[in-house]
Order: sequence, then C-alpha cells, then structure tokens
Amino acid sequence: MKKITAIILVLSVVLTGMVFANGQKDASGEAKKYKTVLLVKSLGNGFFEAVRDGGLEAAKELGDVESIYMGPSASTAEGQIEIIESLIAQHVDAIAISANDRDALIPVTKKAMKAGIKVMSFDSGINVGGRLVDLVPSVEELIGRQQVQLIAELTGNKGKIGIVSSTSQATNQNAWIKWMYEEIKKPEYKDMEIVEVAYGDDAADKSYREAVGLMQKYPDLAGIISPTTIGVLASAKAIEDEGKQGKVQLTGLGLPSEMQHYIEDGTCRQMALWNPIDLGYTSTYIMEALITGKISGKEGDKVDAGRMGMITIGKDGLAVMGTPFVFNKDNIAKFAAMF
Amino acid sequence: MKELLRKREFTLFVIIAFVLVLIVIRVPAFIEMENVLRIVNDTSILIMVSLGQLAIIVTGGIDLSVGSIIAFSGMAASMLNQYHPDLSVFVVLLVGIGVGTGLGIFNALVIAFGKVPPIIATLGTLSVFRGFTFVLSKGQWVTAHEMTEKYMNLPHGHFLGLTNLIWFGIVVSLLMYGFMRYTRTGREVYAIGGNKTAALFVGVSEKKIQFVVYTLMGVLAGLAGVMWTSRFAAAVNETAIGFELQTVAACVLGGVSIAGGSGTVVGVILGALFLGILTNALPVVKLSPFYQMGLQGVVVLGAMVVNSVSAKREEKKLLERRLD
Repeated sequence: MKKITAIILVLSVVLTGMVFANGQKDASGEAKKYKTVLLVKSLGNGFFEAVRDGGLEAAKELGDVESIYMGPSASTAEGQIEIIESLIAQHVDAIAISANDRDALIPVTKKAMKAGIKVMSFDSGINVGGRLVDLVPSVEELIGRQQVQLIAELTGNKGKIGIVSSTSQATNQNAWIKWMYEEIKKPEYKDMEIVEVAYGDDAADKSYREAVGLMQKYPDLAGIISPTTIGVLASAKAIEDEGKQGKVQLTGLGLPSEMQHYIEDGTCRQMALWNPIDLGYTSTYIMEALITGKISGKEGDKVDAGRMGMITIGKDGLAVMGTPFVFNKDNIAKFAAMF
Repeated sequence: MKELLRKREFTLFVIIAFVLVLIVIRVPAFIEMENVLRIVNDTSILIMVSLGQLAIIVTGGIDLSVGSIIAFSGMAASMLNQYHPDLSVFVVLLVGIGVGTGLGIFNALVIAFGKVPPIIATLGTLSVFRGFTFVLSKGQWVTAHEMTEKYMNLPHGHFLGLTNLIWFGIVVSLLMYGFMRYTRTGREVYAIGGNKTAALFVGVSEKKIQFVVYTLMGVLAGLAGVMWTSRFAAAVNETAIGFELQTVAACVLGGVSIAGGSGTVVGVILGALFLGILTNALPVVKLSPFYQMGLQGVVVLGAMVVNSVSAKREEKKLLERRLD
C-alpha cells in the first residue's frame, strides 16, 4: 500500500511538473489567459477524455481561457488532493472537479478558494461549502419527461408502452418513472399508455426475461423504455431474439459503446444519456464567468453557456445542465469511441 | 431404492404439472410449443450447472463459486472473441471451457489437498474469481458490436428444430446421467457421500473424488460462461451473480440430499425446469412484482415441503415392508 501511495505521489508530482512547464510556455508565448483546470476522477477513462474535449471546445470559443486537463492515475481522493495543492501553488484561476469523495476534498478546496481560485464541481459533486457551483448533468424531471418524448417519436405518439427498470427500490429509476407518468398525461400522448413497470434488477438474464414477458403479455406492445444501462441492453437483445424489431420500439438510458450495435441495426433508434463533452464545455463556461466576475455563484445567477444556452444557478450553488443528450445512428459511432 | 427414487421424481413431476395448470389458466399461451421451447432454452444453462452442483452435493460438499466461474470464463471467452475475431468460435468455446476448468481445478486443489471445507473454500473463491473478472475486463463490458456474429450465434443456431443451447443441455444431461449411474467414479461419488468411512475402507479415494467433482464443475461452468455471454450478447462483470443459489435450489428441489449420498440426474433436471418455468411465468402472469418475489419463494418452499414429506412417507413404508 505504501508503495502504491509512493507511486501515485511520484506520478502526480511528475504530471503537475509537466503541466506547469506547459503553462509557462503558453504564458510567455501568448497574451495572458485565465487558467481553468478540469480535474477528473482518474486519467485513462474515455468518459473523462470526452470531458477534456468539451473543455477545449469551450476555451476555443471563449478565447480568454486556457483549458488544462488533469487527474490522478487512480481514482482516489488523496490523488486529487495532491493535485489541488500543487494547483494552488501554481496560482491557476479556476478548478472544476469531478470528485472522488463528496467531503474529503473540502478542506483543500476551501484553501484554494481562500487563495482566490474559483472552485466548482461537476458530474460527481462536492458538498456545499467546498465549492461555489455544482454542475449536475440533469434532473429527475427532465430525464423522465424526455424518455416519454423519445419513445413517442419512435411509435408515432401511440400504443402500449412497457418499462424495464432496475430494482423496484432504485431511487433514481423510480423518480424518473414518476415523471414519465406525469409527462404521458399530456394531451399529445392521449393514444399512448404505460401498461406496466417490470423490474430487471440490473441483471442481464432477469431484464431479458422481463422484456420477453412484456412482449408476450402485450402482443401489441408498441415500445419499451428502459432507463438503466443493463436493462436497455438486455431489452434490445430480447427484441432482436423475438424478431420484434420495428414492431416494438426501444429507448432508454444507455452507454453509447455498449449500445452501438443496436442503435446501428435499428433495434433502438434513439436513446439518451448525459454527454461528457457537454459537461466539460459547460463547466469551462461557468469557470470563465466566475473568474471574470460575471457571476459569483449565488442563487439566481445566469451564465450564458454558448451552445448549451442559459444556465441558472439554483439553491446551494446547484446548476443543472439540461436534458440528456440524444444518441442516434448519426452520432453513435463518434461517441461509442469515447465512452 | 430404485422405486423410491422414481417415486420422488414423480412427486416433483406432479407438482410441476400442477403449477403449470395454474399458470396456463391465467396465461393460456404459456403452453404453446414456441414458449415451451423458449423456457427449455432459457433453463439449459441452469440444468448444465446444476448437474455439476449435483455431483458436488452428493459428495457432501457445495460449490458457491459457480456464478463467479461463469462470469470469469464468459468474460475471458468474450474478450478473446473481441480481440481475435478471426479465431474459430470452436476455439473460443474450448478456451472458455478451459478457463473454467482451470478455476475448477483451483477449487479442487484447495479443497482436496488444502483440506479446507468446501463451503469456506468456495465462499473465498466466489470473491476471488469475481475480483479477477473485474481485473481481466478492467471494469469494461464486451457487448454486441464487439462480438462476432458467429459467437453470438453459438447458442442461437438451430439444429433439428432445437437451438444449439438446448442441444448442449441434452448432451451434458446424457453424459452426466451415464457418468453418475454407470461409471465406477460416478458410483464412488455416491459412496463417499453416503458413508465416507465405509467408502474409505473399501479403498475409495476421497481426494480423487473431490478433485473430479470440482474440476467437472469448472468444465460445466466454463461452458455455461461461454453460453451465457454469447446468448445475451453481453459479457458484464455482474454476470450470474447469485446463480450458485439457483443451482443449489434446483438440486434440493430435485430431491438431492444436502447431507450427501443421494440425488439423481433426472431429479435435478426436473428441479431446474421447475425453477425455469417459475422465472419465465412470473413476468407474464399479471401480478405486482412485489407479489411475484414472495410468490416465487412460497412456491419453491411449498414444493420442497411436499417433496420431502412424501419422500419421508415413502421411506417409512419401505422400512415397514422390510420389517414385515
């Protein structure tokens, strides 16, 4: 264990050294730019590499910031603390963190804020007090409503819809499903109904059986919504095996790399998930607004986040990015390569 | 003895028929040929692995690590298929079985030569093998677009109207039937479980038998791993979590004595089919999922009570007849 800690320490020192060197070179060559850091949970993860790309995109658009991407080699809070310490020493202007621990980072981020660095969190938040703004990808209401909108587009606003959820006690899924029932009350969905919620317990075999069960029980089933990654994957396989492609539509929340096959062959023509590129992009816009003093992170502040539109800071510095990103045949290959 | 065993299986058969009638009253389509084949197909993996568990339980042991062996060998086979798509599916299948066999041998060595009680040893390897699955996959899944068509067709392909998966189940069942009933080693499995002291006296090697049954389990779980991942077109790290309990339940339902010494291949197949019918019927009967969970437990428990009570009565009758 000591050895591993030592290795991480050495690595992070070397890494910060490299970034530091980079920063100096840029500073000497170009006009003064604000240094914004995207500090992720760990390096070598496709999801976070996509976050980096979003940060670079925003930096290019903004023009006055330089986006720096950092992370420990293993996802530990200790590794992130080391990096934040070194960032304080380097006097960067803002840090956006996807935290490995909600609380462990607070002392060091407080120290950073005292040193004048604007600190925010995204994706995996830091508790109140340890950051100015916490950017969450979406909220229950937007996710739930969007799922119904997606399946309605696929079935032509009509037919029986079944849901393959994870476990019956899953907090997230239950909240989303509650909003699905709200959304489907709207008049445009009057020919659509949610006939049943089945629970696949996030196990491939049970989800598969539940999806088959739905298709047997309701021979005229028009669509399945599965707001869980294993569920949507197993449902896709079940629809394919039952030969119901095109008859039973499918949408849900899925990882692009896992669903690429079914999106390309038309079993699941569209699905949603938060997009890491947008997370990096929006975080960078918020950091710029914090640095330049356009906002202070208090409730009611509004940030113009480029292509993501206006983002309002809510209670406790909570900011919501928007509805999840929709993946379809046209963009799946690009995102499947990332996460 | 023969009569008694046949009787026990007959009781289970009657229970299955009874439950089937109840289901069909509610869902008439359940008994259609297409659906029956779907259930048999879905249960084939459970049958194969439960037969491995049968041999182990008959020796008086238990293997709790099967779910993890399935996950690891399934992941290994899927990754081989992902990185070497040109490799013949047959080779991938053999490698998957080989990996499972290796893990089975590891269990066997710990139990037969390390003298660790089976329940402790396999409880340990349950975590070890699952952990290795994460290490091997680095937490990533292998999914449909990373698998070759041939690999995904391995269980789905048809031959004489039945899927390959069903055929695998049939072949394994026949081989296990022959092994347990007609081979010397198979009979020694019963001997060790029935009366260990007597078996040791007549020269049966406990080490050898333990080595055979745990290795055999590895072979079957390896095969199941390949079938599982190719069938669902997904190798995830959570594959077959909790599956070991289903295999034990199939055995107990099929009349296998947890204390060792008795249990038949036919009984276990019926036990597995019973569970398969239940798990496939529950999503179809129009009941709240919370009732479903409870109902499954009640039915399984009820079947076990009926089964063991009738067995006891049968035993008593037999004893009385002998005393006359």
